[in-house]
This record gives sequence, C-alpha cells and structure tokens, in this order.
Amino acid sequence: MSTPAIDRATFEALKETTGAQFALELVDTFLQEAPAMLDELRRALTAKDADKFRRVAHSLKSNSNTFGALTLGAMARELELGGVSKVIEDGGQPLDALAQEYSRVATALTELRHA
Amino acid sequence: MRDLRSGPARLLVVDDNKVNRLLLTRSLEVQGHSVASAENGRVALEMLRREGFDLLLLDMEMPEMDGFQVLEQLGNDRQLRDLPVIVTSSLEGVENVVRCIELGAEDYLSKPVNPGLLKARIGASLEKKRLRDQQKELMRRFATPEVAQDLQTSGFSLGGKLVNASVMFSDIRGFTSLAESQPPEETIELLNTYYELMFDAISGHGGVVTLMMGDGLMSVFGAPVPLPDHGESAVRAAQEMVELIELFNVERDAAGKPSIRIGIGIASGDMVAGYTGTNKRATYTCIGDTVNLAARLESHTKIAQRVILIDQTTRSVLSERIAVEPLGPVPFKGKAAAVEVFSVDPGQKR
Repeated sequence: MSTPAIDRATFEALKETTGAQFALELVDTFLQEAPAMLDELRRALTAKDADKFRRVAHSLKSNSNTFGALTLGAMARELELGGVSKVIEDGGQPLDALAQEYSRVATALTELRHA
Repeated sequence: MRDLRSGPARLLVVDDNKVNRLLLTRSLEVQGHSVASAENGRVALEMLRREGFDLLLLDMEMPEMDGFQVLEQLGNDRQLRDLPVIVTSSLEGVENVVRCIELGAEDYLSKPVNPGLLKARIGASLEKKRLRDQQKELMRRFATPEVAQDLQTSGFSLGGKLVNASVMFSDIRGFTSLAESQPPEETIELLNTYYELMFDAISGHGGVVTLMMGDGLMSVFGAPVPLPDHGESAVRAAQEMVELIELFNVERDAAGKPSIRIGIGIASGDMVAGYTGTNKRATYTCIGDTVNLAARLESHTKIAQRVILIDQTTRSVLSERIAVEPLGPVPFKGKAAAVEVFSVDPGQKR
C-alpha cells in the first residue's frame, strides 16, 4: 500500500476549524487553481525563471499541506528548495512525478468532496 | 482612537495565493474579527494608507511587492510604523524568519497556520497595540509633541546631552494677591486661559514648555529638537505673549476684571538638556548657568520695570528689526561678574 494521497486527520481538522461547508468550497478553489500552478511551473522551467518557479512551488507546497496532501507538499518543497536548475539536471522528471501525484490528490479530494 | 476591547478588531490579510487568503480570512472571521484581504504587497499598502487597520497578517512570497518590501515600507512610514504585523508564511530557512523579525514583524506563524496559535498570537498583538495606543495618548496629554516624539524615536533614558539653546521664564505679576482676591474657580479659569495663550505663542515659535509651576512657565527653544534661530524665536514668542496678554486684558477689562501683567526673562547658551528624575517619575528639562540666568532676568523685570529682559548672548543674535534697549550691567546673585541686561520693546514686533 502506498501512503494515502490525503492525510485524513489534517483534512478533518480543517473541516472542524473552518466549518465543513467552507472546507469543501476551499477544496473546489484548490482544484480550480492547482492545474494553473502546474502549468506555471512548466512555463517557469522553460523560461528558466528561477524566482517564479520557486514562488509557485512555494504556494503549491503550502496549499497541499493545508489539505493534508503531504506527499504532494513534500515534492513541491523539494522543487522550491532545489529550484529550476535541479529540475533541469533531472531532465524535467520531477515535474512529471509532481503532476502524477497531483492527479492522485485531485481524485482523493473529489471523493472526499462528494462523500 | 478606537478602543479595541469595544468591538471586533479590523485585520488585513495579504497573500497572493487564493486558497491561503480564503482560509486565513475564514479562520479570522470565525474568531470574531472583521477581515479584509489583499493579493499582493502593493495593494495592501494602498489599503493600509487609505483605511484604518488594527493588525496586518502578511505573507512573504508574493509577486509585485513581497513581504520583505512591505515590512521595509511600513518601517519608514510614520503613520504605519506602529501597526502590528504577524508574518504567516512557510518560508524556508530560519534566516528568513530572523529577517522578518528584524524588519519589525511582531511574530511569525508558519503555514498551515494552527488556529489555536493564531488566536493566541493575534490576541497578544492586539493587546500590545492597545497598550501602546493608550501610552501614546497619555504621552500626548502630559508631554509636548516634541518631547513625545523624542521619547518615541530615541526611547527613554535618564541623562542628558549638551545643547545650545534659549531658555525663557515667564510669570504673572502679583498673581498670588490676585488669586487671594477672587474665588478659586476663577483663578483656575484664568490660569487655563493664560496657559492656552502662552502655549500657543511658545509652540508657535518652536519652543517647548518644560515646566509649569503655578503661574510660572519655563520653556526652551532649541531642544529636544534643534532650532536654528532659537534666540530670535524665543524673543518673538515673548513679544507675542505680551501682545496676547494685552488682548486678553481688553476682554477682562470689559468684564470688569483687573488686568494681568507678565514678566519674561530669556538667556541663551550651552546647557544640559535631558530627562531627569527617577525611572518611575521623570521630566524633560534643561540645567545650567544659562537657565539660572534666565530665571534671574525674569525676576529682575519687577525691579527694572520692564516686560521682557534678555542677556548679551540673546541680544547678539537678534535681527535689527527688534528694538533693544541696553540697561547696563546688573549684579545677580550667584554671578561673579555683573551681567549686561537688555530690554526688548514688546511693541515692536515687526
């Protein structure tokens, strides 16, 4: 078994403190915003815009951790710390892995959304 | 000033990320605060300068203007310098957190923000702000704006520094017998009007009242804030004081009350200026020969039958437009040699 995409305890705590309805709306917002963030990461990589790359990875990290998407958060943190050069070094592979993990997170969040 | 205890605090959340912004806003609203939000530092500063906020929650990583730049700008803004700022970020590296605190942030909360911690930190920050506001209000009431500003920028410490300035002593002639001849309420009312007129004239010329004793006032021109023409400023203030008292006497005369007359002594030179007292009770004052001389000149106005008396040093810096009459040397108590005394014509103001 791989680790779950979403840490349930974190997600439940979020619902508890902000209200269930609000937490679900926040999930929607994240699901709307995240694909654009992944695109931005790719564009920043192509343009070798280190500043932008770091900033977007930073945002993605902090959002992921908010919903308990701990693996995605950890991967985004690696990108933030390693920067554009590290991803180029690794032949762009980390961004593919990130996109894969995101789709796992999106599926899990959508399930939770409709649970 | 708004009492923070009386209603919800007004907070501003700044974060470029929509999820973070919504989440933090929601958490704060749940805690009973009124919240506005901005998506970058530039917009936040515009809002802060336009509306009143009690506290700022600031993200660091933002496009256009990041959190560090916001902190720098706030630090340089006299209106916003005291606004408490809590940084909410997931900055990597403790040196970045240190930099936030050094730039004036009151606290740092890492994201995702724990709601309990958020509540406690905001409560503490708002309470500190309330105390600071209270302190400022008290200071405004009991100290002059100059002294209050000096205290705020350089902090309070007993001890002084040598300054070159002019000191003025003034009081009401025959005040004690006047006070004894009228009801106490009338005396207090008279004193209040008198103070108001004298303070206007003194501060209007850049002076600071450092001591109020009964009907006597001591003021200094050139400290704590340096004043280029402190001698001339003091003399012009004195002339205005006399003029205001004359106008006041017209009113008193019409009300069938006796006129009042004042005497003013001014001396210029080096003196020690600073806060003296104890750590519990202190006052801003000036000490030295120059100060003693100003006091002697003021009491000499009775003997010389003049309204404004000044010393040689003050005389030497006056422009020719001010008419001065030399009265010759006067031996003062505590002075080894006689001192040259000059009388300023109170009428020739311009």
